[in-house]
Amino acid sequence: MTPSENTGYTLDYEKILSGTIQSIKPSGIRKFFDLLNNMSDVTALTVGEPDFVTPWHIRQAGIESLEKGKTYYTSNAGLVSLREEIAAYLNRRFDLTYDPVKEVVVTVGGSEAIDLTMRALIEPGDEVIIPQPSFVCYGPICEMAHGVPVYIPTKEENHFKLTADELKAAITPKTKLVVLPFPGNPTGAIMTREDLEPIAEVLRGTNILVLSDEIYGELTYGRTHVSPASLPGMWERTIVASGFSKTYAMTGWRMGYLTAPAPIAKQLLKIHQYAIMCAPTTSQFAAIEALKNGDADIEMMRSEYNRRRRYLVNGLHALGINCFNPEGSFYVFPNISKFGMTSEAFCEKLLYDYKLALVPGTAFGDCGEGFVRISYAYSVEHISQALDRLEMFIKNRNL
Amino acid sequence: MTELLKLLENDPRLTPEMLSLMLEKEVGDIRDMIRRYEQDGVILGYKTLIDWEKLGSEHVSALIELKITPQRDRGYDHVAQKIYNYTEVESLYLMSGSFDLAVMIEGKTMREVALFVAEKLATIEDVTSTATHFVLRRYKDKGLIFGAMPVDERGNIV
Repeated sequence: MTPSENTGYTLDYEKILSGTIQSIKPSGIRKFFDLLNNMSDVTALTVGEPDFVTPWHIRQAGIESLEKGKTYYTSNAGLVSLREEIAAYLNRRFDLTYDPVKEVVVTVGGSEAIDLTMRALIEPGDEVIIPQPSFVCYGPICEMAHGVPVYIPTKEENHFKLTADELKAAITPKTKLVVLPFPGNPTGAIMTREDLEPIAEVLRGTNILVLSDEIYGELTYGRTHVSPASLPGMWERTIVASGFSKTYAMTGWRMGYLTAPAPIAKQLLKIHQYAIMCAPTTSQFAAIEALKNGDADIEMMRSEYNRRRRYLVNGLHALGINCFNPEGSFYVFPNISKFGMTSEAFCEKLLYDYKLALVPGTAFGDCGEGFVRISYAYSVEHISQALDRLEMFIKNRNL
Repeated sequence: MTELLKLLENDPRLTPEMLSLMLEKEVGDIRDMIRRYEQDGVILGYKTLIDWEKLGSEHVSALIELKITPQRDRGYDHVAQKIYNYTEVESLYLMSGSFDLAVMIEGKTMREVALFVAEKLATIEDVTSTATHFVLRRYKDKGLIFGAMPVDERGNIV
């Protein structure tokens, strides 16, 4: 809290509110977004959610549940039929086996699954290894649970994958958890089985657990996502956090889930039980329909994203902007260091002078300096407009 | 290459340059493929779907059911050809079920359409009966929904 925010009140909130919470910085993306909000006619490639509407048959299932008056709480862990569908889905897609009753918890979005995991695992001072650039929530949630985030800057030359050497170097006796955020936001990086095997080798025989954030697990291009939990010796130490937001374009439904060995799930469930009670019932019914009959929707959206991905990556290359080939999620993370500006200055220049909004890489960790995140959860027409503006910026610089 | 065709079917404005980036093929190859599809009649043409009502212009369309007595040796094709050559005919299908040909007519007024049916269609010798259904409102056509355009309301960046 800044001193100015605390004037005009009779209580000194700064002294009353939790120091831990006050010390946490608000998301850097938010700041940029507020800036953007005050401008008009901006072509934005900033958002992190699908541009598709939830497929109609899924929406219909939610509506139908309301029509039938299904407005009650479900059991804490979620409808059993939904948990059964989740277990069956993970098995058929990613070769993972979970007991639907004891090892699956339906959560309010993937974010809650991340929060539950950190809170259930972390004792004050425990270290959580977080590869960056990555989604903004891991560090703050870890800190709120009184843990210590240990960031690993992943490298462009490694295609932003986590390497076993980097992991080994970050491990201390206090290490409790490793976050594996793949396929990655903002980089689009993925970890193949070959990439994961050395990571697993480092972790086998330790007491370190893994939080595998697989929210973009269905959005890989050219090869199927591999869950770290499917590697030998990894299932028992892995909590998989995932959800319906990106896979089925269901962000607003707030539907996620986690899977973990029963002894872990049992503890996580307690937090969920007392803090949340249960995930929204309407959304749970919609989610059942998504898992049962949504495979074609996933396929349709994936191939559409893939076209845009190729268009954007190749378009950036054609403009002479270096960009490694992202194989997952719906972002590209081009290197803009050759323009001799910080990521933030670059994005501000594009926003003010060219009305093009991208997200500075630094919003996802200090090691995002020199990069920007471009989302392709937009129509081709929109992306094409953005490329035009970028081209104009480059031309004007070279004059 | 069906992907190219699907892309063009959905949006004919995609330029060969854009398609080349999307499909990772040379621009020249894309141009050649499109030309070949056009020559072979795989691509029949390019049209734009316009909501004329939005401009307040008078526009009437109707679906006409035709029952036909097909002539020996000529089947339905002969009569179909007589019908589709009229510019008023927007589309023409041979149907299964209780009638034979479905004709979509576009006209300026209901009277104009009715006259066309009475004078041009009903008088064709093989046509035994007609039934005219005027379109009262178009909700969706070619996969596109008429009405307000969706606005991007996504607000969250993460």
